[in-house]
Formats: sequence, structure tokens, C-alpha cells
Amino acid sequence: MVPLSYYLVLGGILFACGVTGFLTKRNIITIFICIELMLNGVNLTFVAFAAQWKALSGQVFVFFVMVVAAAEAAVGLAVIIAVYRTRETLNVDRVNLLKL
Amino acid sequence: MLHLIIFSVFGVICVAGAVNLLVQRHPINSALSLVVVMGALAAEFLLLGAEFVAAVQVIVYAGAVMVLFVFVIMLLNAGEEEHTQGSRVARLIGIPGMLVGSLLMAWVLLEHSGTQSVAAGALPGPPKMIGWLLFHDYLLPFEVTSVLVLIAIMGAVVLAARPESVQRKKEG
Repeated sequence: MVPLSYYLVLGGILFACGVTGFLTKRNIITIFICIELMLNGVNLTFVAFAAQWKALSGQVFVFFVMVVAAAEAAVGLAVIIAVYRTRETLNVDRVNLLKL
Repeated sequence: MLHLIIFSVFGVICVAGAVNLLVQRHPINSALSLVVVMGALAAEFLLLGAEFVAAVQVIVYAGAVMVLFVFVIMLLNAGEEEHTQGSRVARLIGIPGMLVGSLLMAWVLLEHSGTQSVAAGALPGPPKMIGWLLFHDYLLPFEVTSVLVLIAIMGAVVLAARPESVQRKKEG
């Protein structure tokens, strides 16, 4: 038996790591990876609560989160490619103008 | 007891991967650390009895999404991250604030969340039940997400396609 709070703390740690990376990293791809890390922490919390309340809906929600994350990754990476093509940099500090 | 040991082992792998993700300066190392985090998380899902989620985690996340990431990193030939000066205020207030906040949250979760222990494989129902739920109770959201994925695919193709002006310049 593992207390549910351990799972929640693990999810919280993953989410906090994601937030930290999102705020401190300067490479646009790494920032995107940190967003995926945050989503993973949330998924763990979803499944942990589903286990506590013996509800299967939690797993269905995790499935939807994963589908949306996959769609987001596809569009986001396409945006990154488009940004790199026009700016020739991946550093977010250098991408600060709406118009070239 | 064994349950706790397995949980701790994969939890430590998870956190180590996440911290390594933050420490590494090259995006490809960060991406591969994320694969480690996702694999360990899949084991945690299995431990909770969520076989379906664990399988989808490995196939979709650690498989498909990460291949996409690694592919883009290699396509753009992303190099080491440039070191930029962070703000001093963020360092002075941010680090103590983060420590206090996370300690407070851990204390509340561990002592006062009112949650109980969960046994290994606590989730009821095989993946069959989830399929039934998906195509019965959640049919409308399921169909809407299929439209969303279709739009995302088309959007990705449109965004990543080379603009016509660039193509003409190359040809002419």
C-alpha cells in the first residue's frame, strides 16, 4: 500500500520541474519539452485520483489529455520550424518582434 | 512493502530524469531525459492498475511524440543553448519562494489531504471497460478530438510547408 499523497507529490515535483524549465530555459524546443513534462505530471495526478475513487473516467480524461498533447506537439513543432525558417534562431530572447 | 519499493525506484528515476532535463544544455539530451521520465511514469501507471494508460503512454508519448521532437531537433540542427543573464530579482525572490511554496504544498498533501492508501493495481476494470466508456459515455468528446487531430495535422502541414515565395526564389 502506497499513500495516494506520494503519487500527488511525485506529480507535483514533475509539474514544478516543468514550470522551472519553462521559465528558465532559452531554447524554444526545450521550453516545449518542459510543457510536455508538465502534462505528464498532471496525467499522473489524474490516474492517482481515479485509483482512489475507483472511477474509470480519470483514465478516459488522461487519454484525451494525451490526444490533445499529441496534436499540440504536431502544431507547435511546425510553428517552431516556421519560426526557425524566418529568424534562423531557436533562442526565444531573439524572437521578440512581431514583424521582421 | 514491495509496492512501496517499486514505487520509490520508479519515482526516483522519474525525478532524476526531470532534473537532468533541466540541467542539460543541449536539447537532444533534454528530449532523451523526457523519454526516461515517460518510461518511468508508464511503470507508475501500471503500478496503479492503469494498463491502458501505460500502453498509450509508451506508444504515443515515448514513441510518437518524442520521435517528432528528436526529428525536429535534428532537422533544425539545434546546438547548445546560449547562456543569457537571468534577472536578479527572480533569483532573489524566486528560489526562496519556490522552496517555501513546494514545502508548504508537500506538507499539505502529505498531512492534510485526507487521502488514503491505494493498493497495487487499485483501478477497477480492464482496458475493455475504458473502450466501452470511450465509445458510449464519451462518444461526443471522442469524435470532437478526432476532428481536432485532423485540424492539427492540416495545420502542421500548412505551417511547415515552404512558403511559395521562398520556393520561387530558389528556382529563379
